[in-house]
Amino acid sequence: MSFGLFLQSLIDGLLMGGIYGLVAMGLTLIFGVMKIINFAQGALMMLGMYVTYWLFALIGLNPYLSIPLSALVLFGVGVLIQKGILSRMMDAPEHNQLLVTLGIMLFLENFALVLFSPDFRSIKIEGMPATLSVLSLNVHTAKLIAFIFAVVLAILLFWFLRSTFLGKAIRATSIERQGAALVGINTSKINYIAFGLGAALAAVAGSLITPFFYTSPDVGAAFILKAFVVVVLGGLGNFIGALVGGLMIGVAEALGGAVLPGSLKELMTYLIFILVLLFKPNGLFGGKAR
Amino acid sequence: MKKSFLFSLIALIALACVPLFVKDQYFMHISILILYYSLVSQAWNILSGYSGQFSFGHAAFFGTGAYTSSILLTKYSVSPWIGMLIGAVIAALIGLFIGFLSFRYKLRGAYFALGTLAFAEILRIIVQNSDYFNKTLGVLITINPEPLMYQFSTRVGYYYTILILTALATLLVYFISRSRLGYNLVAIRENEEAAQSLGVNTFKNKLVAISLSAALTAIGGTFYAQYILYIEPPTTFGNDVSVAILLPAIIGGMGTILGPFVGSLVIVPLGEMTAKIFGGFAGVHLMAYGIILVVVILFLPGGIVGWIQDRLRAKQMRRGD
Repeated sequence: MSFGLFLQSLIDGLLMGGIYGLVAMGLTLIFGVMKIINFAQGALMMLGMYVTYWLFALIGLNPYLSIPLSALVLFGVGVLIQKGILSRMMDAPEHNQLLVTLGIMLFLENFALVLFSPDFRSIKIEGMPATLSVLSLNVHTAKLIAFIFAVVLAILLFWFLRSTFLGKAIRATSIERQGAALVGINTSKINYIAFGLGAALAAVAGSLITPFFYTSPDVGAAFILKAFVVVVLGGLGNFIGALVGGLMIGVAEALGGAVLPGSLKELMTYLIFILVLLFKPNGLFGGKAR
Repeated sequence: MKKSFLFSLIALIALACVPLFVKDQYFMHISILILYYSLVSQAWNILSGYSGQFSFGHAAFFGTGAYTSSILLTKYSVSPWIGMLIGAVIAALIGLFIGFLSFRYKLRGAYFALGTLAFAEILRIIVQNSDYFNKTLGVLITINPEPLMYQFSTRVGYYYTILILTALATLLVYFISRSRLGYNLVAIRENEEAAQSLGVNTFKNKLVAISLSAALTAIGGTFYAQYILYIEPPTTFGNDVSVAILLPAIIGGMGTILGPFVGSLVIVPLGEMTAKIFGGFAGVHLMAYGIILVVVILFLPGGIVGWIQDRLRAKQMRRGD
């Protein structure tokens, strides 16, 4: 592999990795607080993509401007799911929690399929150059914007959890639920907020990728497995870990793509996953919301 | 216990008589599907229902069964009856490998579920990228209605094949559930540390469970390949396959002998019905599965059979008082 190709793959991988990190952040937040591995996270991201797509297709709204809206809508969907279904499952066995989110995923994906058909839909933003050239390297503009968003959001979330009252309450709940309840934190409210926030993060990720990734009912499936890998890699419940894990998977995949034939690059993700599961099940950076 | 045996025998004879009275092809097809889903879900039940090691990656074993027999048939003209057994052995070995790694490193709960999912994906990617397995094109099996080659000119042949396979699998689970292995597995499910402290070799028992489960699943994979006559990576190794395998056992009641059968009895006709009523909308039946899954877990966490058992037990208790 030439040095130029190596650098190009590295940059592509980092940019894509930011997106993986963003999807994984929502997943890790939900896990950190509620100890639930949310299979529906990819489906929530898909809903966010459709919000953005339809706002663009119907009233021509720029996808980046629809981010607050898709985040808000999915926050609502998340709170509804938590209130209607998951709040009854908090003490259920782990595999039943997993299955419930699987059921929600099946429902959401196929609901979208019925409503919107299996067509792949894409958004073209007028006037935005597809790539920027920096020192003879091509940087994908939309991916760069998504990457910057991901990093800024990770920092904002980190600050939010460290410095605001609500954030501290979320962290307290994630570390010791009963203790948090004893000192007067309304932990079921924290659950709504955590799940809503997790869903909103998935929606933001979805909106950010619509300019360069097709929107379709099963698009979430392509991301959810990677998001699991990223979350385990970064340590369940660890935000910065999720971002770093995302970047690592992105780079591993891009470098694998440059070296391995066909779609074998996908193997990288799963091999890393199994190695981490076996040897470092708490992730490379340790667990619990931080 | 005798009563349940008699009841099962009558049920089996009744099922065996179905083709004598019913000539409708579509009805036969649905019956075959019900039995086939019972088989693969029963296989999953051994590992996940009884020992509590929740697998999300049984497609790994299913695909192994489907591909082994199909490749042996198309490339080497080996009868799928033999291919089925070879596929079962290979799947059991893969199961041992996955189990060895997972149990050795103490993957549990969601970690084990995600780990098995990853293993299935790895197999899918390997098959999808290998010329030997025809990459994404899959394997087309030529029609050759010859019972010795696992193909029949009418659906009745397939019906009896899957009826026998499913009955044997159910019988196997019946014996397991009443054997030392079965008690060990349930002990592991309920409390692994306690089981270990009582001298149960949990590692060995879990390995036995995963290899049996894998072999049976592979047998289901071969049947699928010979019935549909076409396989490709996503429909044999994909995540949807793993979900389809675990669904009947969950709906019917995991960790019960009749659960997988009852689950398929509910879910297959329901899927067909919704598909018929809402024929224009692909995905409606999967939407329905999603809703059923959520509702069952919320309100009948032990599945249909588990719920009935609880009811009967409560009745007995009341009578006992």
